[in-house]
Amino acid sequence: MTAPDYLLEAIDIVKVFGTLRANDGVTLQVAPGQIHALLGENGAGKSTLVKMLYGSLQPTSGTIKWMGQEVVIPNPNAARKLGIGMVFQHFSLFESLTVVENISLAMPGKFDLDALSKKVEFYSGEYGLPLNPKATVADLSVGERQRIEILRCLMQEPKLLILDEPTAVLTPQEADLLFLTLRLLASEGCSVLYISHRLEEVKRLCHWATILRHGKVVASCDPREETAASLARLMVGGDIHTVRAAKAPRDGAVRFSLKNASLEADGPFAVELKNINLEVRGGEVIAIAGVAGNGQSELFDAISGERPLSNGSAVSIDGASCGAIGVTARRRMGAAFVPEERLGHGAVPVFPLSENVVLTRHSDDASLAENGLLNRGKANSIADRVIKTYDVRMGKPDPEARSLSGGNLQKFVVGRELDRQPKVLVVNQPTWGVDAGAAATIRQALIDLARSGSAVVVISQDLDEIFELADRIAVISRGQLSEAHPAHEMTAEKIGLMMAGSHEKESPHAAHS
Amino acid sequence: MRLILEKRADRSPFFAIASPFLALLLTLIAGGLIFALRGINPLEGLYVYFIEPLTQLWSVEQLIVKAAPLVLIGVGLAVCYMANVWNIGAEGQLTMGAVCGSIAPVMFPEWQDPSVLVVMLIMGMIGGALYGAIPGLLKTRFNANEILTSLMLVYVAALFLDWLVRGPWRDPQGYNFPVTKTFAGWQLLPTFGGTIHLGALFALLACAALAFVMGKTLIGFEIKVTGNAPRAGRFAGFSRNRMVMLCFLLSGGLAGLAGICEVASVVGKLQPQISPGYGFAAIIVAFLGRLNPLGVLFAGLLLALSYIGGEAAQVTLGISDKIAKVFQGILLFFILSCDTLILYRIKFEMGRVGALKAAE
Repeated sequence: MTAPDYLLEAIDIVKVFGTLRANDGVTLQVAPGQIHALLGENGAGKSTLVKMLYGSLQPTSGTIKWMGQEVVIPNPNAARKLGIGMVFQHFSLFESLTVVENISLAMPGKFDLDALSKKVEFYSGEYGLPLNPKATVADLSVGERQRIEILRCLMQEPKLLILDEPTAVLTPQEADLLFLTLRLLASEGCSVLYISHRLEEVKRLCHWATILRHGKVVASCDPREETAASLARLMVGGDIHTVRAAKAPRDGAVRFSLKNASLEADGPFAVELKNINLEVRGGEVIAIAGVAGNGQSELFDAISGERPLSNGSAVSIDGASCGAIGVTARRRMGAAFVPEERLGHGAVPVFPLSENVVLTRHSDDASLAENGLLNRGKANSIADRVIKTYDVRMGKPDPEARSLSGGNLQKFVVGRELDRQPKVLVVNQPTWGVDAGAAATIRQALIDLARSGSAVVVISQDLDEIFELADRIAVISRGQLSEAHPAHEMTAEKIGLMMAGSHEKESPHAAHS
Repeated sequence: MRLILEKRADRSPFFAIASPFLALLLTLIAGGLIFALRGINPLEGLYVYFIEPLTQLWSVEQLIVKAAPLVLIGVGLAVCYMANVWNIGAEGQLTMGAVCGSIAPVMFPEWQDPSVLVVMLIMGMIGGALYGAIPGLLKTRFNANEILTSLMLVYVAALFLDWLVRGPWRDPQGYNFPVTKTFAGWQLLPTFGGTIHLGALFALLACAALAFVMGKTLIGFEIKVTGNAPRAGRFAGFSRNRMVMLCFLLSGGLAGLAGICEVASVVGKLQPQISPGYGFAAIIVAFLGRLNPLGVLFAGLLLALSYIGGEAAQVTLGISDKIAKVFQGILLFFILSCDTLILYRIKFEMGRVGALKAAE
């Protein structure tokens, strides 16, 4: 019997969540010693596929073959036994323990820290992953923490290593070191499944790429023979740049602007905002595109004032500085905000809709909380108006926010702000997880608001949505915002390249080349 | 076969109301078992403990006297817990309230007009509030866990009181007992005839006021939002730190008021022991009352009954009055476990399919 061509084959995998086909007949073949890229936008089904390979999810149908044998992987433990290791984007390390103690927790067999320390030193030398086994995790950088996770996998001698967006949290230099390690691993015959949407990186590192879109494989190719632009087109879909002929926005006055806005990262997985500049005129919709985790939520916090900036003049509404003041004061100046997370951020899950009206409108609608007393009648009438105008469907009158479906709650949360006719509206992911009908309602309402003279900023990862809405498009990548270009000059390829960081002031490869 | 807790899609309205009653029933059963183990007829034991005190006027009066501090403290704690602020140190705030409120009568024993009582009550509240502010500040400035700090400060306060009454504040004519001068005249709270004193009225007023604040005002709304969804609270422009301080000041102030009311009525002086653990029992009151100011009123009466029943059990049945603490502990245990049923339902599953589901 000859050796199988592929180390791992996933054939015709289908995974259904409710009505969503997260994976729809996906086939993936990884050869031994191959660095295989899994490319796709957020929600394309990459994580779902990988979770099935690692045993944390079970496919609805389809087969997985490991070294030519059909296998069922019931749980991650079984995956590790087969020889599949995985490094997650978010680490699972105990900060108060040392490197070797953390690794020992994942190792089967006898608990012997000294022997393990020697082993850690051996592996870390072997694979160019410098680490001091006695160091406490809390003192280590993100890159070093990732090395612990990788070492932990390598020490179990895997035949396949899965990495979920490993460079998302790394500096360019750290990323270069990681690539060296991965190449070394591959040369020894270990396969690597590399999940990313950074195209340049994939071109430099990977031997083969499988590209997913909407749960289906759209291409399988050698990324070294493609251009970043062609990969971007495959990833976001060639069929979508039916760009809406943007109506030239009337030459409105600048209603909202960011000038050199910077914000420090407030945690190891947070993104630092660097010198963000943006001007939004009355009458126009500006969309900010970008891959998740590149500073969108930080940008939203800075714009809304949930995290006020040290420099007051960095943010202004209708010409008045408001960078250093909080969200309530900015609302009083005529701004309105819709965050990405509906439940727990945009609305209190266990509160009825009428009380959720008070949440964002207690400050500017004086009659809602006159002299500190709540006016529930008024809150109810606003809730009713929003529900009627934006067709929010619900099971019973004034239900708890969490009992609404995602789309209906989103219509309510957006409608609650639109109802005020804000002069500036900033929306993060306006139609995330919302069905097509509701999405259309929301997008139309956003355009109508802009055309009535307000400035609208939409932060979105959905390129279809961006082309449908935007008059101008800017791209955020690693906390830096590109210039905003007119939508009709933009294509999916261009945006894809910018998402991968082509506009960044310090290009990830500048230090390298 | 496996026992599985399955999350409900919605809060169960039935168990939201039934849970405290179910907890009460389970407590009675567990109590009956304890009596039976001690060789006492369970029904008779429970009768002596829970029913008999309600049949005599003097013990009903006692019930109200004991419920007053429990309700005063419990209603403040209910607001704290609603805001997700875990003040466990009401006993210490009660002690410091009693100490501060006693400055006037101890230092100026001759001060005898209504103003001294007003000063005592205000100083009591200030003392409790400031003592509550310590864990509040530690939380907001250094992110120190308020459960630990507020609890540890209880013992600091108790030792401080102990030192005061054995040292500088000891009554020179007190035969060397660790007590201050006995308060008299306007240094004591007026009573409504019998033993029920003004503290009961304060408790009622506090419940009514906080029921209004929580239900009708923006501040009450802020408290509920911050407790339920802190991220949404920040989005609404509410400051979490401000809420933490407010809750500690409020609950500390009410505990301090309860402290000075005890000292200026039942106890009548400062001594090492001024409370039978009201500050801790009030935690149970807050939960049994469903963190609702009006619910707290009834829960306070019930917990007061556990104290009085404990005394009755000691006299009639000849068992230790520590039985009161046992009942309180059992009750809190059952309340917290029954509350699980509001959000979860219990399911029995057979065989391996169940095991797989649980693992997912």
